[in-house]
Amino acid sequence: MSDHEGEFDKATGKTTTGHSWDGIKELNTPLPRWWVMTFYLTIVWAIGYWVVYPSWPLVQSYATGVIGYSSRADVAVDLANLEKIRGGKMAVLGAAPLAEIEKDPALLALGRARGRVVFGDNCAPCHGTGAAGAKGFPNLNDDDWLWGGTLEQIEKTIQFGARSAHAESHEGSMLAFGRDGMLKKPEIETVANYVRSLSGLPTAKGYDANAGQKLFADNCASCHGDAGKGNPDMGAPNLTDNIWLYGSDEATIVETITNGRNGVMPAWIGRLDPATIKALTIYVHSLGGGQ
Amino acid sequence: MTKQTDSVKWMTIGESGLTVILAATVFLSIIAAAKAEDAAYAFHVTLAGFASLASVFVILNRYFERGALPPQEIDGRPNYNFGPIKFAAVASVFWGIAGFTVGLLIAMQLAWPDLNFNLPWTSFGRLRPLHTSAVVFAFGGNVLIATSFFVVQKTCRTRLAGDLAPWFVVLGYNFFIVIAGTGYLLGVTQSKEYAEPEWYADLWLTIVWVTYLLVFLMTLVKRKEPHIFVANWFYLAFIITIAVLHLGNNPALPVSVFGSKSYVAWAGVQDAMFQWWYGHNAVGFFLTAGFLAIMYYFIPKRAERPVYSYRLSIVHFWAIIFLYIWAGPHHLHYSALPDWTQTLGMTFSIMLWMPSWGGMINGLMTLSGAWDKLRTDPVLRMLVVSVAFYGMATFEGPLMSIKVVNSLSHYTDWTIGHVHSGALGWVGFVSFGALYCLVPWLWNRKQLYSLKLVEWHFWIATLGIVLYISAMWVSGILQGLMWRAYTSLGFLEYSFIESVEAMHPFYIIRAAGGGLFLIGALIMAWNLWMTVRVGEAEEGALSSPGATLQPAE
Repeated sequence: MSDHEGEFDKATGKTTTGHSWDGIKELNTPLPRWWVMTFYLTIVWAIGYWVVYPSWPLVQSYATGVIGYSSRADVAVDLANLEKIRGGKMAVLGAAPLAEIEKDPALLALGRARGRVVFGDNCAPCHGTGAAGAKGFPNLNDDDWLWGGTLEQIEKTIQFGARSAHAESHEGSMLAFGRDGMLKKPEIETVANYVRSLSGLPTAKGYDANAGQKLFADNCASCHGDAGKGNPDMGAPNLTDNIWLYGSDEATIVETITNGRNGVMPAWIGRLDPATIKALTIYVHSLGGGQ
Repeated sequence: MTKQTDSVKWMTIGESGLTVILAATVFLSIIAAAKAEDAAYAFHVTLAGFASLASVFVILNRYFERGALPPQEIDGRPNYNFGPIKFAAVASVFWGIAGFTVGLLIAMQLAWPDLNFNLPWTSFGRLRPLHTSAVVFAFGGNVLIATSFFVVQKTCRTRLAGDLAPWFVVLGYNFFIVIAGTGYLLGVTQSKEYAEPEWYADLWLTIVWVTYLLVFLMTLVKRKEPHIFVANWFYLAFIITIAVLHLGNNPALPVSVFGSKSYVAWAGVQDAMFQWWYGHNAVGFFLTAGFLAIMYYFIPKRAERPVYSYRLSIVHFWAIIFLYIWAGPHHLHYSALPDWTQTLGMTFSIMLWMPSWGGMINGLMTLSGAWDKLRTDPVLRMLVVSVAFYGMATFEGPLMSIKVVNSLSHYTDWTIGHVHSGALGWVGFVSFGALYCLVPWLWNRKQLYSLKLVEWHFWIATLGIVLYISAMWVSGILQGLMWRAYTSLGFLEYSFIESVEAMHPFYIIRAAGGGLFLIGALIMAWNLWMTVRVGEAEEGALSSPGATLQPAE
């Protein structure tokens, strides 16, 4: 810098370094004191932190720090604390029969609390956060149950699923009456109107109720029952309660009868431990429709 | 424009060499396209073939049309090379608007998932890297190339080194962007954040980037100024470090030289460490060092004031360079990364606070004696507000690197908010400010078409940023708190899906903020376009194209 002459800058009262690039000059301002001190402070703090916590790598290992901190140990402590709060109550819940849990207010509250979280993380993607379901995914708040609404039935459904890959899964399917040639299009339309009439829904003009009833008795009643009340052993829905998994309009029912329906619920056994499945059962049962 | 020499005209080594290499590339592309194992690869080599063919034609055509090579000086004044800079400036505006638009779309996808349209090409997973790469590498990269080529010439008082090389850098870089961007849409990715392009795009970028380094270095070498201006140190640090980061993070073995898929050499926690060493320093050296270089030239220039402190510029430069490179592990707190590595990442981030702020002090205090200009000059205001956002983001960064803070902030929208206060406020605004200065200078215009429109751009975009980052702060902290809330029975209070539902209103506010930012950029594009089209020419400059010298001191 000795080869340049600095200039006095009136606005700041400082001199410039004498450099100039494309008209840009630089002031000879010293480093701001607070800036230097804060910088030093962060360095001192960092060195202190290195002494206390695991820090620099060494040839074979690393500097472990004077307090022997380890994030893995921290996690273990957190989990142990959680266990303490839960107080081994989950083990009690896991061991208790479902009917007893229902009667014990403390266990019931525990089951509901645990179940609610597990439901949100595992079931809500299909059944919705409020368990209100969606097209093809049953609403769990009402008292209409495809596979039964008792505690034991709900638990079984959660454990093994419906039409899942598990050997003990619920089985039973709605046949594709149209696609497989068992019924012709006009017949399907007739029986679809009959199904609507079971829930008290209006039927199409010119619909032949007697023909509908006969078609229903010949093709549907074996699973859905003579009165259309359904059968939880086969997952055959009650057709008289005006609760619809896929929709109640004629076109949707015609689609259901034509191509069949085979919605899948996965098996949760092995993915969730038995106590958690119990909690989930309690929660789902308590949603409003448990039998 | 130049004197014809009597001697016989020869092709330069660059012209003939590049012609031969590109012609060979045309043939190789044909072979590769014929043997291609996947459609995306076939598409990319076909693009490469056509681009090479077009380049051969352009080089030969230029050779037959030209007289002697452009002179280094005209009448004792440097004959600056502005052509490639103009291209990069236009490209940056184009990519910027493209990148902001995609950003707005994916912001709306998060609020309304139906906007994924159930198509693979428009799904969030493919558009998100398209957005990040378009704004960081396409918009930011072109701004960096344009300003670095401009600043290095002006502050070294010499023409850019190389004849075809600067054009090769600019066009080659933008070709890389096309390959990377179309690759994302077609599902080509090596799944490393901010380094998604596959092996062949990486190799091409390496060639382009080394050429960039050589052009920049050789220009510095032949400078007519005794000292190297601080902006050039920052540009050089940016170019060199990005080269090192790119090579370190991307070594990969392709499954076949005729296919797009490759496997990265690193695995497991080492891969994660390399990835965030790269990822964090892409922020540090691409988005910080490079844009600090822009600040160091354009703020003093626009404010017509000397840089506040020469000493501070040196000290904070070396402190940033030394400290930034260590901070990457703070992206991997509470992960499989060893505790000691996390400690170093965190402590170096804390030590980085003041070195980062050195740049802010130098940027803001350069305004000493010219604060009144903020009232009248919206371009300067944009530049200065960018430095304020820089200061805010470089305080927030070290804060979030502290492990206890990170345990709340990590994986939440707070990170997104932090990134965007830096990206929109700092990188965006300093780039806009630089473009508002650069376009009239490059096209010899007396001034911008409309300062009023700059005012509109400034206020609309600022409002957008405020909406964006405050929405993300609230939603991020809300998310973090929801995820860690326990009931008295010892179970999580909320399921993940409930936290997603809680984000919905904030995602809408964020999209609105992004929309405003985009509107601002469109206003800028119109303003710059009109500046070039109908702006009044700078007097006395037309006689020597590219030589808009300020009077030497």
